[in-house]
Amino acid sequence: MTRPLYATIAALTLAGAAQADTLTVLAPDYFGSSWGPGPAIKEGFEARCDCTLEFRTGDVLPRLMLDGARLQGDVIIGLGTDELLRARQTGLFADHGQDLSPLSVPVTWEDDIFIPFNWSYVAFVYDQTRLETPPASFAELIERDDISLIWQDPRSSGAGLALLLWVDQLYGDDALGIWENLAAKTVTVTAGWSEAYGMFTNGEADMVLSYTTSPAYHIMDEDDDTKAAAIFDEGHYFTGEAAGILAGAAQPELAREFMAYILSDEFQQMIATANWSYPSALPRDEWPEVFRDLPLPETAIFLTEDEADARRSPALAHWLDGMTR
Amino acid sequence: MTRDPARTARAAAILAGLGVAAWLVVLNFGALGAVAWRAEGLTALRGADWAAVRFTLVQALLSAALSVALAVPIARALARRRFIGRGALIMLMGAPFILPTLVAVLGLLAVFGRAGLVNQGLEGLGLARLNIFGLHGVVLAHVFYNLPLATRILLQGWAAIPAERFRLGATLGFGPRDNFRQLEWPMLRDLVPGAFLVIFLICLTSFSVALTMGGGPRATTVELAIYQAFRFDFDMGRAAMLALVQFGLCAAAGVLAWRVALPSGLGGGMDRPVQRFDTGTAGLRLWDGALIVGGALFLLVPLALVVMRGAPHVLGLPVEVWHAAGRSLVVALGATGVTLAMTLALAHAVLIAGGARGAVLEWLGLAALAASPLVIGTGLYLLIRPLANPRDFALVVTMLVNAGMALPFALRLILPGLREVVASQGRLADSLGLHGWARLRIVTLPRLRRPLGFAAGLTAALSMGDLGVIMLFAEREGATLPMQLYRLMTAYRLDDAAGAALVLLGASLALFWIFDKWGRGLAEA
Repeated sequence: MTRPLYATIAALTLAGAAQADTLTVLAPDYFGSSWGPGPAIKEGFEARCDCTLEFRTGDVLPRLMLDGARLQGDVIIGLGTDELLRARQTGLFADHGQDLSPLSVPVTWEDDIFIPFNWSYVAFVYDQTRLETPPASFAELIERDDISLIWQDPRSSGAGLALLLWVDQLYGDDALGIWENLAAKTVTVTAGWSEAYGMFTNGEADMVLSYTTSPAYHIMDEDDDTKAAAIFDEGHYFTGEAAGILAGAAQPELAREFMAYILSDEFQQMIATANWSYPSALPRDEWPEVFRDLPLPETAIFLTEDEADARRSPALAHWLDGMTR
Repeated sequence: MTRDPARTARAAAILAGLGVAAWLVVLNFGALGAVAWRAEGLTALRGADWAAVRFTLVQALLSAALSVALAVPIARALARRRFIGRGALIMLMGAPFILPTLVAVLGLLAVFGRAGLVNQGLEGLGLARLNIFGLHGVVLAHVFYNLPLATRILLQGWAAIPAERFRLGATLGFGPRDNFRQLEWPMLRDLVPGAFLVIFLICLTSFSVALTMGGGPRATTVELAIYQAFRFDFDMGRAAMLALVQFGLCAAAGVLAWRVALPSGLGGGMDRPVQRFDTGTAGLRLWDGALIVGGALFLLVPLALVVMRGAPHVLGLPVEVWHAAGRSLVVALGATGVTLAMTLALAHAVLIAGGARGAVLEWLGLAALAASPLVIGTGLYLLIRPLANPRDFALVVTMLVNAGMALPFALRLILPGLREVVASQGRLADSLGLHGWARLRIVTLPRLRRPLGFAAGLTAALSMGDLGVIMLFAEREGATLPMQLYRLMTAYRLDDAAGAALVLLGASLALFWIFDKWGRGLAEA
C-alpha cells in the first residue's frame, strides 16, 4: 500500500515543480491562433528555458485597467506603442533589465519598462492594377481629386489613431482643413482594420489605411505582387507593439529570460512573417528578403507617449470638426 | 388544509418569472451599476455625445419604420400565397438577421457598393453611379438586417388568425379589403408596435454597421460613443452615462409602443389549416408576386454573394475553425435551452401578474435590447471578479448573456401565442383541473410549438454568430467561430475568413431550420 502512496506524493511534487516553472504571458487574441506568432514563440522559448509557456489571450489593455493589481501573469505582450502611457500609469510593471542596444527601430527607444518586439509604419496601401500613379507625398494626396480612401476611426482603431497623430504632426493647426479635404475623398471610415481592409480588397476604394508591411503578406502567402504601400516624402508615423514584465510576476526570472528572448536573433527572424511587420532588433540586411525589398520610408514620425497624450484630444477635435463640416 | 393545485401552480409560475426578472435586472442594470460604481460616479456628456444621440434616434426611427412598412405587404403576400418552395424561401429570407454584421455588410456592399452589382449595371448602361454611404446606407443596411425579422413576426401574426375567421369572412362576402379591415388590421395593430419597438431598439445599439455604412463620423451612434469612452478616453463614468441615456430612449419607446398596441381580440380557433378565399384577381396575384420576388431579391442576392465568395475556401479551412464551430454549437444550444425556459417563465408571470405589473415584467424582458453589449460585458466582468476568475467561465457567461440578449425576441414571439392559449383554452383547462407541468405539456406547449420553434431557431442562430462579451472573458476555453473568423481577418487571411463566414452562415441557418421546422411541423400538415 505504501508504494502507490509514494508514487502519488512524487507525482504531486513533480506536478508542483512543473507548475512552478510555468511562464504566463498575457497576449492579444491573435496569439491564440495557429497562424499567428503564438506557437513559434512558445516552441522557441520552451526549447531554451526548460519551462512551460502559457499564453492567456484576450483584450490586453482593458484587462490591465479593469483588473489592476489583481491581474495574474508574468509578462504582457502586444501593447500598442500608443497605449504604453496608459499601461505605465497603472504602476504594475517592473524593469525589464535588458540591454537595449540590439534594438534597430528607427526611433530612439530608451525605456526601462517596455521593449518593442515588432513595428511598422502606417501607410495607404493600394492595388497597382487599379491605381497606376500613387501619390508620392501627403501633399500630393491632398491635391489629387481622383483617389478614394477607406480608413479607420481614430476613436476605435490603433491605425486610425496613428493617422490622426500623423496628420497632426504634419499639419498642426492646419489639420482642420486637411480633414475637410480628406473627408471629400473618403468612401467611409470603419470601426476596425478588418472591415476597412476587406472593403478595399473587394474594390470599394483605391487606397486603404494599413501598414507599409502589408504587401509582404500578399507577396509571400498569396503570390500576389499587385498590392503596394504608397511611400510619402514627409515621412510615416511609426507604430509598434511592446512587451513588459508585471511587477507581481510569480516568475520574475523567467520573465526576464523571456524579454531577452524577444531580443534574440531567433525571435527576431521569426516575427516578421508571423506578424507581417518589421523585426525590432535586427538590422535591415538580415530581414527576410521580401521585407528587405519593400520600399522603406526615409523619415520616421513618432511622438513620445507624453506628447501623443497631450495631442490626442485637440487633434481629435480638429478631426471631428473637419470630417463633419 | 387542502392544497389548491391551481394556486400552487400560479405561485410557482410567478416565482420562476421573478427569478428570471432578477437575472435580467443583474444583467442590464447590475452591469451598468458596476461600471458606474467603478467609475466613482457619472460624467456629464459633451456636445459630440448629444450629436451621437440625435443621429442614433433618427437612423433607428427611419430603419424601424421602413422595415415594418415593407414587412407588412411582403408578409401579407407570403401569407395568402401558396407556391412550391414557399417554406424554403421564408426560411432563407430570414437569414440576413442571423448573419454576423461584418459579413452582412460585406454581402450588402457586393451588391450596392462602389464595385457592386448595381453600380456595375448602372455603369454598363452609362448611368451615374450610386453612392451607398450616408444616412440612406445606414437605413438600407438596417432594413436588410431587420426586414427578415419584421416579416417573420408578422407572418406569425397572420398564421395566428384562426382559419374559421377567414371562412366566416368568405360566407359574409369579404373581399381583400374587408379581410384587411376586419381581420388583418386588428392583428397588425397588436403586433406592429412591438415589431417596430424591437427593431428600433436593435438599431439603437448599432455601432460598426452604422459607422461603416454612414460614411464617417457623422454617423456616430451612442454605442460608438460608449466604445470611445471605454477604450479611447477610459472614462467609465461617461460610458455609464451614455448607457443610461440609451436606456432612457428605450424606456420612452417602450412606453409609446405599449400605449399604441391593442390586443387583437380575434379569439381562438380549431387549428385548421388556413384557407383564403380572397386571393382571386390577376392584379392581386401580380402584386403579391412582385412583392415576394422583390423582397427575395433584396434579401437573397447579397447572401448568395457571401456564399459564392466563401464556397471555394471551405474545404481548406484550418482545423481550428471546425473546433471553434463545435464550441459555438455548444454555446448556441445551451443558450437556446436557457432562453426558452426563461421566456416561458417570464411570459407566464407577465400574464398572471397582468396590468401594470405585467407590463413592467414585459418591459424588463425587452430591456436587454437597449443594453450596451460593451457595458454588459465590462459590468459582468467587474461583478464576477471579486467572486472568481471571470475567465474560468467564459463560455458559460457567453451562454447566459446570449440568452439574455435573445430573450426579448423570444418573448415577443411567445407572449402573444401564450396570451391566445390562455384566452382560448384557459377556462377549459381550469375546469379540467389541469395545472402545472401537465397543463404546460398537454395544453400550452403543443399550441406554442410554432413560436417556440421559431424562437429557438432564432436564439440558436443569433448566439452562434455573436462575438459579444467573450473577447474580455476568453482565455482558456478556446475561441468561438466568430472569434476565429475575426482572427483570420486580422491576419490578412480574407479567403479563409470568407470560408469561415460561410461555415457560420451554414451552421446558423441549419440550426434555425431544424428548430423552425420542428415548430412548423404540425401547422404545415
